[in-house]
Amino acid sequence: MAISSEEVKHIAALSMLNLSEEEINKYTNNLQEIVEFANKINELNTDGVGESTVATNAFNVFRKDEPRNSLDRELLLSNAPTSNGEAYSLPSMRN
Amino acid sequence: MEYEVIIGIEVHAELSTKTKIYCGCSTEFGGDPNTHCCPVCTGMPGALPVLNEKVVEYAVRAGLATNSTISRNCKQDRKNYFYPDLPSGYQISQFDLPLCSDGKLDITVDGVTKDIGITRIHIENDAGKLIHDVYTGGTLVDLNRAGVPLIEIVSEPDIRSADEAVAYVERLKGILEYIGVSDCKMQEGSLRADVNLSIRPVGQEKFGTRTETKNLNSFRSIARAINFEIERQKEILESGGVVYQETRRWDDEKGEGYAMRAKEEANDYRYFPEPDLMPIRLSEEYIQSIKETLPELPEVRYKRYVEELGLPEYDAGIITSSKLLSDYFEVAANECKNAKAVSNWIMTDIIRVAKELGVEYDELPVSAIQLAHLIALIDNGTISGKIAKEVFADMVETSNDPEKIVEEKGLLQISDEGAIKEVVDKVIAANPQSIADYKAGKDKALGFLVGQCMKEMKGKGNPQILNKLILEELSK
Repeated sequence: MAISSEEVKHIAALSMLNLSEEEINKYTNNLQEIVEFANKINELNTDGVGESTVATNAFNVFRKDEPRNSLDRELLLSNAPTSNGEAYSLPSMRN
Repeated sequence: MEYEVIIGIEVHAELSTKTKIYCGCSTEFGGDPNTHCCPVCTGMPGALPVLNEKVVEYAVRAGLATNSTISRNCKQDRKNYFYPDLPSGYQISQFDLPLCSDGKLDITVDGVTKDIGITRIHIENDAGKLIHDVYTGGTLVDLNRAGVPLIEIVSEPDIRSADEAVAYVERLKGILEYIGVSDCKMQEGSLRADVNLSIRPVGQEKFGTRTETKNLNSFRSIARAINFEIERQKEILESGGVVYQETRRWDDEKGEGYAMRAKEEANDYRYFPEPDLMPIRLSEEYIQSIKETLPELPEVRYKRYVEELGLPEYDAGIITSSKLLSDYFEVAANECKNAKAVSNWIMTDIIRVAKELGVEYDELPVSAIQLAHLIALIDNGTISGKIAKEVFADMVETSNDPEKIVEEKGLLQISDEGAIKEVVDKVIAANPQSIADYKAGKDKALGFLVGQCMKEMKGKGNPQILNKLILEELSK
């Protein structure tokens, strides 16, 4: 499967990224390599192996509906490039 | 040209669990911004979500209460999109294997009952909230709501008008409240509706192009947004134009819908199975055990109100449309044993007061027990119905018990025949013309005389005794 530069532009648009022509070329090649790597799995013989969506046989892994302490806000917001002390702050999303 | 309107509705309801869907943070509404957050619900790399078992239970309850088939095997999927209210860059939802499917509800509009199909109910997490920062002109992000559990209930395109749409959402809201899975507070955003709508010329088989108007959070805005969109699409078709498939928003203040920008709308969700969460398998026993705990549903209450308590169908329908209102009715009717009077007060005054004050029926200044006591005061002759309205207005303002108001304001009904007789004699002596009119066959004169007596007694006269005494006097 070949990745086209159009696909890269589409994914960039979905991710709200503005890429230069140079970056588009670079990521097209990168993604191509990643897909080729992932394609290796198709070499496996899976005859007789049932469909599954997870790698283990576990199911019904649940948690009780019991509150736990949340993170200290200062610590939480220290991960953000910008905040006003109470909330993450961003450029306006109105335009 | 005549058009047929085709509507399907997606309702998002926040589940009333104590904690979020994948972490132990509180779901409480209105906390300080970003104080109910942790690495899981803020999408930190490496954080592991674990499904809240109550979310599954509540979704199954909703499925059973809407006559849906409960899936024995299902999974969760990632729905990828980028927006600042979604810190992980994906919502965990359900794609091809929802928890519930193929349900239905009946609605009644203008006396006609019809079924509305429910395609599916699935579980997912809510996003955070964006707030416009008035100081900087920027945008602030509060992630307290991120990770609050939602069920999304998708209807079949069986709805044909704004009235049917409102009836459907009301019905659904009633059920979710009854089964206790969501508080359905629309003004807090815990129940919101997306409306998919298209129109086609009557007789045409092919569907028209549909639009989706998102995030309607009141019955009024659902109805208005639908009627606006019907007219908009009609105008386009009549003028030979083309309706575009688009996502729209509704501005309730302006009373207008508008299309979202194409950029915001780039939908390519690239769903794939959520690798952090294991499949859900439900046993017959589990589903059966939930079925057994379902409470009396609105249609059952409705039937009981009409058949056993003798309420008018219309009143029973309104009261049972809200669990809180219906609970209010139950408590009051139980206390005063006069279901019809309680129903009348609810239809005339309680609903009005709740609307005026913008409160839910469990936040009214007049409790169900207080209303019952007010009705009892009328029923045992302590006060007249007219005075009761006055007492009620006072109760709304002060939340005081009716007994206290009656006593303090000296509103006790005058039932002493001697005292009433005095007033009657006085009024009759002062209005000889009315006596003559009455005797000449003008019944209106009687009403006038009763009114004059009541005025003398400041509305506190016992109407039965007063009527009796006046008639006695007049027939002399």
